[in-house]
Amino acid sequence: MITFDAVSKRFPDGTSAVSDLTLEVPGGEVVVLVGPSGSGKTTIMRMVNRMIPPTSGRVLIDGQDVANRDPAQLRRGIGYVIQQIGLFPHRTVADNIGTVARLEGWDRPRIAARVAQLMDVIGLPAPLADRYPHQLSGGQRQRVGVARALAVDPPIMLMDEPFGAVDPIVRTRLQDEFLRLQAEVRKTIVFVTHDIDEAIKMGDRIAILSNGGKVEQYAPPRELLSDPANDFVAEFLGEERGLKRLALIPVSEVAAEPGPVVRPDDHARRAEQVAGAHGTDWVVVVAGDGRLQGWVSLHELEPGQVVGDARVRPFALSVRASDSLRAALNAMVTSRTGVAVRVSGEDRYEGILTQEIVSKEIR
Amino acid sequence: MSAALGAQPLVDVDWITRNLDDIWAATAVHARFTVIPVLAGLAIAFPLSLVAVRYPRLYGPLLGVAGLLYTIPSFALFVLLLPFFGLNDLPVLVALTIYTLLILIRNTVEGLVGVSRDVVESADAMGYRPAARLLRVELPIATPVIVAGLRIATVSTVGLVAVGALLGFERGGYGAFFLDGYARDFFTPQLVGIVGCVALAVVLDLVLVAVQRGLTPWTRVAR
Repeated sequence: MITFDAVSKRFPDGTSAVSDLTLEVPGGEVVVLVGPSGSGKTTIMRMVNRMIPPTSGRVLIDGQDVANRDPAQLRRGIGYVIQQIGLFPHRTVADNIGTVARLEGWDRPRIAARVAQLMDVIGLPAPLADRYPHQLSGGQRQRVGVARALAVDPPIMLMDEPFGAVDPIVRTRLQDEFLRLQAEVRKTIVFVTHDIDEAIKMGDRIAILSNGGKVEQYAPPRELLSDPANDFVAEFLGEERGLKRLALIPVSEVAAEPGPVVRPDDHARRAEQVAGAHGTDWVVVVAGDGRLQGWVSLHELEPGQVVGDARVRPFALSVRASDSLRAALNAMVTSRTGVAVRVSGEDRYEGILTQEIVSKEIR
Repeated sequence: MSAALGAQPLVDVDWITRNLDDIWAATAVHARFTVIPVLAGLAIAFPLSLVAVRYPRLYGPLLGVAGLLYTIPSFALFVLLLPFFGLNDLPVLVALTIYTLLILIRNTVEGLVGVSRDVVESADAMGYRPAARLLRVELPIATPVIVAGLRIATVSTVGLVAVGALLGFERGGYGAFFLDGYARDFFTPQLVGIVGCVALAVVLDLVLVAVQRGLTPWTRVAR
């Protein structure tokens, strides 16, 4: 746990970067500091490892004031990743990753084993170990930067726009991989970005900062999106606040409706009754074993026909429990039925999601 | 004079074979009077550079003084130093050392200052203490620029050594051949001196290039 206790920072030229900040970063969580430039987010992050000393107030790690710790020792226990990466150009990938382990006096075999393990975890092919940073792609360099920060398995990580220098596709992949890794390793992370979407995606909690390092709101992303504390926060979150919030809510959190379901061997009359009861002009066709077959429009159903003999159209998109409501909304607007169909991993029908269900979550 | 010159061959091979021992001796002296001042210059320039990097306000005045010294004509400086050191090797060595300072200080400071801020900051954040950071991060990265300075200092010192002959043949390396050839109106020794100077400069330069390649393996790999 990292605690900022009434921390202020004024620079010699008189500018106030942070004023009276009190904030707690719970252990094992990702706290994102987000705000426009000049909001002091990087300054706040750097006070944790004493790269910048506060003018007043204290920064505590697990209750201990960092000001009482030897800076070098303190920093070896805190992983550090920055946008510019700052890899050592004169060292191979393996030596870069092994830096802190070497400073900590690990023996060679142990460092080599750890480096190999980290390269595997972080998705760097083993032959890259002997390359120099200038021989790598931007994405590979970012990975080396993250691996280097993880070298001695520090409980705390400081990350300043760590995925900012790569193209959007690589960034998304690195973010996803990092979230997967974090779910396992559960580091306490202070993550700095100016990109609100990255903040929403990466953060367990988000601190929205305004000029001079003032915390406008500190809350989990969903709470932030549903209840912005003031106009600054609302404006910073952007116009698509509702959609962003939907992206954070899994389909499993809302109750699906049973929907107008018929079997392939049901007759047209039965289909009309079911559709009528649900107020639709189409029905979902589900096989006897529960597998989703598609949907049939009543207009294409001849009187006396068996549903399975009519034209059964597949749903172009379906959603699963782990998908977001945003994905469900996308499925709705792209389907002629106007609903999203929810299926299990084995394609078994689980119900439908309507726009009313989704809009209830936006409001 | 022109008649005598016309009579002698451009290169008197016979003279060269007769004086091989002297040529080798002059080569050794010339090399010694080059290498010692450059190394001594580095030993002085390096700590001064560290001070200049630490206190950037001192860098300008430091360069100013080194630049001023650099402009003093070499023969004048030898003579100026004579009263302090007497008629021996020292005035020459000291003067040649002084001439290396401008280039060595400038390149060492620029090399160290040129290390990317992100890299220095990363080193701090990894937990390097200042001395270790200098030794294991900044210095290796600055090495190509520092060695570039050493190369220029070495080549220019090779050229300056010859002037030392004015304070005594035994202190001028190939310079002795220039004076000898001039005095006797005999071209071969001068040619030997010129070729020797160029060859020595090339050899020492190659040595420095090899040293740098050995110290900086990362500069050798292609992208």
